[in-house]
Amino acid sequence: MKSEAKTVIIGGGIIGLSIAYNLAKLSESDVVVLEKGYLGNGSTFRCGTGIRQQFGDEANIRMMKRSVEIWEGLKEELGHDVEFTQSGYLFLLYDEEELESFKKNVRLQNKFGVPSRIITPEEAREIVPLLNTDGVIGAAWNHTDGKANPFKAVFAYAEAAKRLGVEIYEYTEAKGIKVENGGIKAVVTNRGEIKTGRVINAANAWASKINEMAGVPVDIPIHPYKHQGVKTEPIKPGQIEPMVVSFKHGGVYLTQEANQGGVIGGYGLKYGPTYDITPTYEFLRGVSYRFARIIPALKYVNVIRIWGGFYAETPDGNATIGRINEIDEFYIAAGFSGHGFMLAPVVGEALAELIVDGKTNKPLDFYDPYRFERGELRGKAIQMG
Amino acid sequence: MVKMTENTGDPREKIIICRCNDVTQKEIEDLIDRGITDIEEIKRLTRIGMGPCQGRTCIPLVISIIARKTGKKPDEIPVPATRVPVRPVMMGVLAGEMGDDDEE
Ligand SMILES: Cc1cc2nc3c(=O)[nH]c(=O)nc-3n(C[C@H](O)[C@H](O)[C@H](O)COP(=O)(O)OP(=O)(O)OC[C@H]3O[C@@H](n4cnc5c(N)ncnc54)[C@H](O)[C@@H]3O)c2cc1C
Repeated sequence: MKSEAKTVIIGGGIIGLSIAYNLAKLSESDVVVLEKGYLGNGSTFRCGTGIRQQFGDEANIRMMKRSVEIWEGLKEELGHDVEFTQSGYLFLLYDEEELESFKKNVRLQNKFGVPSRIITPEEAREIVPLLNTDGVIGAAWNHTDGKANPFKAVFAYAEAAKRLGVEIYEYTEAKGIKVENGGIKAVVTNRGEIKTGRVINAANAWASKINEMAGVPVDIPIHPYKHQGVKTEPIKPGQIEPMVVSFKHGGVYLTQEANQGGVIGGYGLKYGPTYDITPTYEFLRGVSYRFARIIPALKYVNVIRIWGGFYAETPDGNATIGRINEIDEFYIAAGFSGHGFMLAPVVGEALAELIVDGKTNKPLDFYDPYRFERGELRGKAIQMG
Repeated sequence: MVKMTENTGDPREKIIICRCNDVTQKEIEDLIDRGITDIEEIKRLTRIGMGPCQGRTCIPLVISIIARKTGKKPDEIPVPATRVPVRPVMMGVLAGEMGDDDEE
C-alpha cells in the first residue's frame, strides 16, 4: 500500500470510482480509493439498474441529460461493455392530479432537450403488451432513459481508473482522518496510514461517519434506510423492455434485465434509519402483489431472490456534492437516495472539474452541502422505490 | 450474458460450471488470475450462484477452483449468504396472501 497520495477517496462504489477515473482523466492520477469491503458491495451492487432523465427539477434534469450522454459512450470510453440500453421509462398515471404534475415535468424536461412525452394507455400497451392498464389515464414516456449493469459498470470504471494510475485498495477501511490547522494530514486505515492533503467522502450510507472522523463542523444529515430489490427467473426476452413505474401502487418499479431475462425491481417499502439490510418477508409479499397488479402474467413467474440495500437519504432526497469550506480540500459526494447509480458518470465529471479547474458548468449549487444548515431544502426529487 | 473474455479455443471454455447462467471454467479462472479471488465478487461479475438453482451446483465447484488456484483450504473460503426465498416461489402464490386492504 502507498504511504502517500495526493487524493484519497473513501468509498469504492460507483460514485467513488467515477470520481477517481475522472480525476485521473484530467491528469490528477495520484489517487487512492479505499473500500472497506469489495468494490460495489455498498449500495451499488444492490441497485435497481435504472437510468432516467424524468425528474421534476431543472438541476436533476440537466445532470441526468449529461449523464446519459456519458452512459451512451461509456463502453468506448472505458473499454468494457456496461450493458447500457435505452429501453425507456414509463410512468403510469392514474388520476388528473398525477397527470397534471407529470405534464408540468415533461414541459420542463423538453425545455432541456429530454424528449419525454405524455402518451395514452393504448400507446403504453404497445410498448409493454403485458401491462394491466385498468385505471390508467395516461403515461409519461421517455425512450432515451434506460438501464445498465451495475456489476459491469463498477468493473469498467475501476479497470479504466487503474489503467490511468489510480490505486484501489479493497478490504481497507478508513478509521480516522488527521486534520491540523484546518488542513488534512493523513487518513488512518486498518492497514496503516496514508499521508494526504485531500479527502473525498464517497461513502454514501456511511458518509456521516466519515464527516465525523474529519470533524466536519456543518450539519449534513444523511441517514441509511433499508430498501429491497427482487429478481425473478428469466422470462422470454423482450417482454418488459422499459422500466415501468407506478406511484399509485406504492412506488413499484420493474423491468426485465436486458441480458439475463429476469424481471428486477422493488417498491417504496423502507425501514430505518438502520444499518441492517436483512431482506424481509413483508417485502417479498408486497412486491409480488404489486408486480402482479401491474403485469398480471408475473403471477406465474418464480421469484428467485430478494436482497436489501441502502438508500442514503437527505431530507430533500437530493445528494450533497461539493467542498467543505472549514477543512481545506475536503469534499463530499454522498446521500444519493435511489438515484446514485444513474448520476455517477456526471457526478464524477463535475466533481473532478470542480477540484482540478476550480469550477464546473454543471449545476452543483443545487447539491450544496450547506443548504440544510441554511434551512433551504430543495423540492423533493422524484423518488421511486 | 456478455462474456468478460473473448473465446480463444481454450478447452476450459467448454466446461460449464454454472448451468443457469452459462459460465465456463475459463471465465472463473481468468478472474482468479487477475486477482479476483473473493467468491462474492466472482458471483457478481459472472452471475454464478444467482440463477434459478441459487448456487446448489456451481458454488461447490467454484470453491474447489479457488482452493486449487490460490492454495487455500476449501473451508477457509466463505460461502455466499443464502437469502429468502431459498427455493423459487411463484409471485401469484406470494401475492395471493394479501388482501386488497394491504394496498395504500
Ligand atoms: C434496492 C435499491 C434500488 C436502487 N435502484 C436504483 C436505480 O434503479 N437507479 C439508480 O440510479 N440508483 C438506484 N439505487 C441507489 C444506488 O444504488 C445508490 O445511489 C448508488 O449505488 C450510490 O453509489 P455510491 O458509490 O455513492 O455508494 P456505495 O455503492 O454504497 O459506495 C460507498 C462505499 O463506501 C464504502 N465505505 C463506507 N465506509 C467506508 C470506510 N470507512 N472506509 C472505506 N470504505 C468505506 C462502502 O463499503 C461502500 O462500498 C438503488 C438502491 C437500492 C438499495
